[in-house]
Amino acid sequence: MASDKNAPTSLVKRHRLSTRLWHWTNALCLYVLFTSGLGIFNAHPRLYWGHYGANFDKPWLELSRFGARWTLPGHYDLAFSRHWHLAFALLFAFALLAYMLWSLVNRHIARDLAFRKGELKPAHVWHDIKAHARLRFPTGEAALRYNVLQKASYIGVIFVALPLIILTGLTMSPGMDAAWPWLVDLFGGRQSARSIHFITAWALVAFFLVHILMVVLAGPVNELRSMITGWYRLPPERREPEREA
Amino acid sequence: MSDPRDKAPNSPIVSRRALLTGLTASAATLLAACDKLGNDERFRKALFSAENMHKWLQRSLQDREALAHEFRADQRSPHFRGNGTLNPGTDAYKALWRGKFADWRLRVDGLVARPLSVSLAQLHAMPQRVQTTRHDCVEGWSAIGTWRGVPLRTVLDAAGLHTNARYLVFHCLDEMGQGPGQGYYESIDLVDAFHPQTILAFALNEQPLEVRNGAPLRLRVERHLGYKHAKYLSRIEAVADLAHIRGGKGGFWEDVAGYEWYAGI
Repeated sequence: MASDKNAPTSLVKRHRLSTRLWHWTNALCLYVLFTSGLGIFNAHPRLYWGHYGANFDKPWLELSRFGARWTLPGHYDLAFSRHWHLAFALLFAFALLAYMLWSLVNRHIARDLAFRKGELKPAHVWHDIKAHARLRFPTGEAALRYNVLQKASYIGVIFVALPLIILTGLTMSPGMDAAWPWLVDLFGGRQSARSIHFITAWALVAFFLVHILMVVLAGPVNELRSMITGWYRLPPERREPEREA
Repeated sequence: MSDPRDKAPNSPIVSRRALLTGLTASAATLLAACDKLGNDERFRKALFSAENMHKWLQRSLQDREALAHEFRADQRSPHFRGNGTLNPGTDAYKALWRGKFADWRLRVDGLVARPLSVSLAQLHAMPQRVQTTRHDCVEGWSAIGTWRGVPLRTVLDAAGLHTNARYLVFHCLDEMGQGPGQGYYESIDLVDAFHPQTILAFALNEQPLEVRNGAPLRLRVERHLGYKHAKYLSRIEAVADLAHIRGGKGGFWEDVAGYEWYAGI
């Protein structure tokens, strides 16, 4: 991630090929998985905690079916929603696994995602929160590094939310429960896993919305280009002194 | 106090409305595109082939004899609901039910050395297995119940499977409104047929099976979703392949609605 400091608006390489490929694979997978997932949910739109849960048991959440605009396919077809969901689940899960391993090997995790010394100090975190709230995004060289809030959200998604949604998905499989009995123990039952799967799916939707908002606010053309071609135009340094520094 | 972003050439501010409209429109376009793709025969084939991958992965990760979790009796669902056919309702079935299934027989035939015709009393006299397991419906709900029955292995050993037998087809008494011989059926392969928890169950929670749960006899194949657990059994047929059985996909819902034959996930 080197750049020419003297160029006023220099283009720099920001995202590796592996990151870009994984990003767009994920965009497609999460879209298909979410819409087909809602199609599957429609077969029994009630959620329970524990091992069992059916019509005579008490749900903690009961919804009416999601409309055709939300689901894949665009009409009620449990079998077909399952084909979409289970095919893209394989692509999604193995892409995450490959990305995690590759990011360890090429030191993407250690270099770009791991917190640095001092970054987690309350004062630093608070400064970042204030900067975000005022929509003062980093400029110059600093724009090339992830700030502490970005790191926290990417670490949370890559290492918590995505593995969680895959493991709770596997826990719903009677075949996997026989193969890996610890799955059910981990989540306290198949119906609990189904509930956590549903909640995590909506948490990822929330992440997606904030992510899109941040891209739009930070300059959608520049951000999109950097995720497609890898090249990013460095925002020029602010000339005024930072008052809040 | 000017905002530095004002001067940045490639930082247009998009209005909230435009953003929401854009997101909704692209979601609708994507959905329509996916639906169109879903009608393409080659794409469907590719999509449906994921089933084979899941089967291969699960069979690789699973010990052949790996057991589904067995629960304590006090962990059972208060009520074990029925699903699918709740009563076959045919004259023949009603007659069997009125006679407390004394005239009912389970036929075991196809690729076997000794075709069998077994009564409920004979099944009750065979070695039994009791298991409290979780039943997972493809729709998403689960119920826990205690099943009592005869291991399928015991019956197959008595009939003597031919070496070229690869699948067991379970023919059922519920006609699904399709007429005689066209009703519910399911099939499993030998890995599941000889699994210790695969039983022909005649009792649920220590009571004879209720009509809604498959009286007089149903299959339990615990590492699969509910639709594999065929109810109202009348005949078990050993076959070399499934292509020539009915619609060729190995089960009623597989033929009619495109459900996966391998229902471990």
